[in-house]
Amino acid sequence: MDLLYKIFLDPFIQMGTAPDLLVQTLWEGLVAGVLYALIALGYVLIYKASGVFNFAQGIMVVFAALTLVGLHEEGVPAYVALVLALGVMLALAIAVERIILRPLVNQPEIILFMATFGLTSLLIGFGEFVFGGEPKVMIADELHLPSGAVEFQMLGGFVSLQKIDIAAAIIASLMVAGLAAFFQSTRIGRALRAVADSHKAALSVGISLEQIWVIVWFAAGIVALATGIMWGARSNVSFALEIVALKALPVLVLGGFTSVPGAIVGGVIIGVSEKLGEFYWGPLLGSGIESWLAYVIALVFLLARPQGLFGEKIIERV
Amino acid sequence: MLYRETGQFKTSYAGDAAVFPILQDRIGIATILALAFVAVPLAFSSFWISAVLIPILVFSLAAIGLNLLAGYAGQISLGTGGFMGVGAYACYKLTTLLPEMNIIVLIVLSGFAAAAIGTLFGLPSLRIKGFYLAVATLAAQFFLSWCFVRVGWLYNYNVSGAIEVPTRTMLGVPVTGPSATPVTRYLIILSIVVGMTWVASNLIRGRIGRMWMAVRDMDIAAELIGIRLFHTKLIAFAVSSFYCGVAGAMMVFLWFGAAEADSFNIDLSFRILFMVIIGGLGSLIGSFFGAALIWGLPIVLRSLPDALGVSIRAATVEHLQFMIVGALIIFFLAVEPNGLARLWQIGKQKLRVWPFPY
Repeated sequence: MDLLYKIFLDPFIQMGTAPDLLVQTLWEGLVAGVLYALIALGYVLIYKASGVFNFAQGIMVVFAALTLVGLHEEGVPAYVALVLALGVMLALAIAVERIILRPLVNQPEIILFMATFGLTSLLIGFGEFVFGGEPKVMIADELHLPSGAVEFQMLGGFVSLQKIDIAAAIIASLMVAGLAAFFQSTRIGRALRAVADSHKAALSVGISLEQIWVIVWFAAGIVALATGIMWGARSNVSFALEIVALKALPVLVLGGFTSVPGAIVGGVIIGVSEKLGEFYWGPLLGSGIESWLAYVIALVFLLARPQGLFGEKIIERV
Repeated sequence: MLYRETGQFKTSYAGDAAVFPILQDRIGIATILALAFVAVPLAFSSFWISAVLIPILVFSLAAIGLNLLAGYAGQISLGTGGFMGVGAYACYKLTTLLPEMNIIVLIVLSGFAAAAIGTLFGLPSLRIKGFYLAVATLAAQFFLSWCFVRVGWLYNYNVSGAIEVPTRTMLGVPVTGPSATPVTRYLIILSIVVGMTWVASNLIRGRIGRMWMAVRDMDIAAELIGIRLFHTKLIAFAVSSFYCGVAGAMMVFLWFGAAEADSFNIDLSFRILFMVIIGGLGSLIGSFFGAALIWGLPIVLRSLPDALGVSIRAATVEHLQFMIVGALIIFFLAVEPNGLARLWQIGKQKLRVWPFPY
């Protein structure tokens, strides 16, 4: 009885008696979710256009942020470093297309997935080799990102919001809106959607796959850089972020591999439920449940909808 | 020339269905086994045995386990590390509960615990497929590693949170624990691995293996010809986890000597997956190749600067090692996406028709 009470009633009573804490937890979940969603967005972009499940997205985030900070440490002004970091991501996109995608064209998905593992290892080694393995501090002030917190009184308590989190949420929404517009109404966006639909059909109407792949990987690189800046400003830039990137996987399956809005909604669901679970139900199980809760939530969702919330309906034929 | 089956006629069904139908293969495998059982313990130093051969054998068994699931039954799993952990912790609990029992029996028994857990986490495979399933199995991985830290019962509530291997003897010779010699441990691992590989090779040639392969190639078609998907997939998860569990138990009891939860983290799962794919999906011998390559490559790279007389800082070597391993994975996949096992097959085919090109 006592256990049932602790599982089904006590957390809700806590929520009711301290609504300010609830709001705070919800907000933290939301922000974490937005950042998961940003990483997931990078996966979705690449998966849609090239059918590659890009395991290296997490390390691309770290690598992009490290490049930015590393360049700044060498004395390059912040905004020039930003542009140069974008250039590095473009170079990476071209290299990936030439070295990985082109030789492996038409191979099964699992092989391409594996190749991105190789890319991950390569980038980890290269990043540590060039920039060292020490965590670095993101140059948030130089990029004129806001810092500090806004506090306001509500529901009989204080809720404090970090300004950087608000900025992250705004930038994430802008980026998603931008990407959606790009996909819907530009020539390249149309080509991208065609490639996502069918490689063969796209080729036969004269769309260059190589060019599209470079563009998509570059777009994923831009998303990675933005994610890296946001994550870096919250904690710092280190290879530990790679583990956080694994959290994007449940977000991805929850939203569906092929859906940009799915990545966002999935991210928010995972982020919020993870924080709520940890805060209200975590003490029951001895805390630390954050490490697996996201995956279990994704698993339960998947049992109900095997293609994710927004994924395309799976039609199977013999 | 040397490797040719001409003139070797089969006069019985048993002969036709043998594991190694060609005489040269039988001679080859007998030579390899003789070398592994007799020559290696005599000729190799204990460093070689404990730092190179034991790990390769342990990883080979885990890779075979994952290969049965991913390569033969087509269900990708990222929970291998977790299932290996279940085997290890189960074996630890069994040694405390049944201190009198032979340790090898316990190692094999602990495979059943892993099989049970594996089957449980295999249940979603009926509805979830492909990469979605891979992410779902991540739930198993993270949940299990959380359990290894939080559930005190698993490590007998000791303060360090680590499991220590007790000394156990067999026929008066210590097999586990600090006093066991590398050669003893090597021979036991080798026997288990050879035995279980033989069982696996028969499994996949038989009814169960064919059911797995039918499901892998197209599960709907398999269902239409009367294969029970649920049944088949769960058997695959159970057998695979059994192999991984035994490998995990061996890893702790016959290699590490002690372990904590972190030994069975997600990196281990990925590493085993590397081995399976580099070795060749759907190939037993590929599992051995993959394990040897992924474990051997860093060792070679680490000793290379010394051998060449170049002095490089240890950290730099580490970074270069990451880069080279990554580059080689991409290179291998570009050259031969079907893995080392395919190269082996091509080599055998070339030998068969030698000196003619085809």
